[in-house]
Amino acid sequence: MGADELVINMGPQHPSTHGVLRVKLKLDGERVIGSECIIGYLHRGVEKIAENRTYQQFAPYVDRMDYVAAVSSGLGYCEAVEKLLVVEAPPRARVIRTILTELQRIASHLLWLGTHALDIGALTPLFYCFREREEILKIFEKYCGARLTTHAFRIGGLQYEAYDTFETEVERFCQDFESRIVEYEDLLTQNRIWIGRTKGVGILSAADAIAFGVTGPVLRASGVKWDIRKAAPYAAYDQYKFEIPVGTTGDTYDRYLVRMEEMRQSRLICLQAIENIPAGPIMAKVGKVLKPPPGEVYHAIEAPKGEIGYYIVSDGTVMPYRVHIRPPSFINLQAFDRMVRGHLVADVVAIIGTIDIVLGEVDR
Amino acid sequence: MNAILQATIEFLRHYWAPLLCGVAIVAILPLAVGYIVLVERKLMADMQARLGPMRVGPHGLLQPIADALKLLIKEDIIPDNADKMVFWLAPVLSVGAGLLSIAGLAIGPAFQIAQDINIGILFVVGISAMGIFGIVLGGWASNSHYSLMGALRSSAQLVSYETAAGMALVSALLFTGTLNIKSIVEVQSNEGIWFVMLAPVAFFTYLVASIAETNRAPFDLPEAESELVAGYMTEFSGFRWSLYFLAEYTNMIVVASVATTLFLGGWLRPFAHVSWLNSLDFLPTLFMVVVAAYCVLRMPKQPTRVQQLFMLAVAGLCFVVALVLLVPVVVPIAHPFYAGIHGGFWFICKVSLYIYFFMWLRFTIPRYRFDQLMRLGWHFLIPLSIINVLLVGVALIAASYLNLHGWGLLLVTTPAAVITLVVALLILSAEKQRDVRHDPNAASDFYAG
Repeated sequence: MGADELVINMGPQHPSTHGVLRVKLKLDGERVIGSECIIGYLHRGVEKIAENRTYQQFAPYVDRMDYVAAVSSGLGYCEAVEKLLVVEAPPRARVIRTILTELQRIASHLLWLGTHALDIGALTPLFYCFREREEILKIFEKYCGARLTTHAFRIGGLQYEAYDTFETEVERFCQDFESRIVEYEDLLTQNRIWIGRTKGVGILSAADAIAFGVTGPVLRASGVKWDIRKAAPYAAYDQYKFEIPVGTTGDTYDRYLVRMEEMRQSRLICLQAIENIPAGPIMAKVGKVLKPPPGEVYHAIEAPKGEIGYYIVSDGTVMPYRVHIRPPSFINLQAFDRMVRGHLVADVVAIIGTIDIVLGEVDR
Repeated sequence: MNAILQATIEFLRHYWAPLLCGVAIVAILPLAVGYIVLVERKLMADMQARLGPMRVGPHGLLQPIADALKLLIKEDIIPDNADKMVFWLAPVLSVGAGLLSIAGLAIGPAFQIAQDINIGILFVVGISAMGIFGIVLGGWASNSHYSLMGALRSSAQLVSYETAAGMALVSALLFTGTLNIKSIVEVQSNEGIWFVMLAPVAFFTYLVASIAETNRAPFDLPEAESELVAGYMTEFSGFRWSLYFLAEYTNMIVVASVATTLFLGGWLRPFAHVSWLNSLDFLPTLFMVVVAAYCVLRMPKQPTRVQQLFMLAVAGLCFVVALVLLVPVVVPIAHPFYAGIHGGFWFICKVSLYIYFFMWLRFTIPRYRFDQLMRLGWHFLIPLSIINVLLVGVALIAASYLNLHGWGLLLVTTPAAVITLVVALLILSAEKQRDVRHDPNAASDFYAG
């Protein structure tokens, strides 16, 4: 380490490391010449806990990983166990699952947008985003009683029937939301400072993104058209029309645009789904005691932050032999060092924000 | 002993008025700053679709007092490895510079502590720039990386933008030919036109530079919360921290006052010499009456008795102020004595508008990055302000040949402003081409500034 180099610890207590991420930065003046992410401050041993819980008992734990997109994590887990059990959720359950997951995607992206803008110094979008996110959380609360760690789905379908005004409320939200996105874009998209702060910052090439195993909007912004909703449709996604936005340069601005467009597409999916929710049961026939046949399964879904995958090994008992979780935040965070090198301290927070990590998921 | 007493009495006899004003400023300014913060929070809340402070007093009116009390009784923490003496001194230096520079300002023809200093504006600008020592020393003494980076950013930023601000001031001073603050306003009164009309580019340059000088968003890099935690203030807490806070807002008042004095006609009423607009003199009274009426109307909606009484008290106070403001308009004899009160009203109005603009910007736009900030300063604002000074000078020479005065000056200054704007556009397009040629992220030694 030279005399003009400075090592600075960003976090685990820092306003914009989005939780308890600790980044060790090696600086030359304000220029980053090296970085190291130190994680584990929120490690709770979720995967080990799974080995001592029944399949149903473990379901609420996955909500505590990505706590701002709990519905998506829950969907992934439920579908993985269903795959292991070789059962399928009934069509009605799958459509409701799709609606809730897409609302969750919007909520998660809204939280990302607000905090990302706050990191870059725009104070106001945060409150606008939270205003709309609140509407979504209210729908969740009415549906299952919880706002954040929802545990909305059950293995084999749903526990709760959609409440009476569910469709109208989702529809009203979707109608309002169209103009609200325009509001956010008015504040940011054409803003000279915003463009200056995000364009050309944290460029991740498509080859790098694939090599790091990056998924989700970060991968798509680099120009790779990969979305599990299209590539291996789950829930009811094969019934709906939607576009997958991709970026070109893979910089922070592209990731911003991709996520904004994803919110629009999610809104369209919700509107399509709400039009025609099939009638019928909401729960497949699964026993009270789940004993999947011995074997293993890997199932992945497209969570707001990327591919969340569950690898479950069953030994034929009521408890999984091993559960491994592939969390998108953890794997996307690997690209951080590549993205941050050569940039300034101010860009570090922009890049942390643009990867959209949740430390609960990184550390598990 | 007797001689000393004699001298003291003699001193007091001569300077009792400025001394009283000084005491008043030291006593009132922190309160004023507290309420500016409250207004800022309320405005921010309004723009962000929420309510802001609502708990302490009606509509959170007592929030600043509660905040000040809280800060006073907080534990005083000095980090172990800090340079304790400097750590102690730095915030005092900062706030001292801010308060001292207030002394030079003329809030009305009669309200000025350091009266008739012939270098008035230089005194104000110079002393307020001293505040940077507090920031740099505080950042250094904290013995923390974040503080140090905040302090370095702050010093580089001030040096860069003080140049542009100084050049903008020079453009306006070319019209007055004096540095005396009172005379500057009097010249604007005599010409019947404010310098913001004559030197709009200079006003714009000063506006931008003054935001940067006071470390306000979008140039709040020295205390950029999301990057440097709190910049130079990271290790400060409790009352020491609030001194820095006080200094920042005092500086805002100072730069707003300087801009008001130089560009916005100081304490002059809009269209001060247009006699058919003399009814504008009723505006201050009307304003206060409306505020009082609003308070009375809102009174029944307050939840508790105490809050209702408080509302009434505020209404009463506003009404009394309204009456005081009415006196000079209706009683011509009292005019000379009261002229200052109306001047004070207009001055405060203009300063408030200027500060409101600061706040509005803060809520609306993101923060610059440091290299972008430096580039904006050195590649855009400084060349622009230098060219503007030259062109304003040329315009004035032309004006003296053509014997132009007052609004007639616009004939020569408007072309000067237009040419400056064209040059500004040229600079911007050159910048863009430079961006294309160079990698925008290429290393630049921006602390060299």
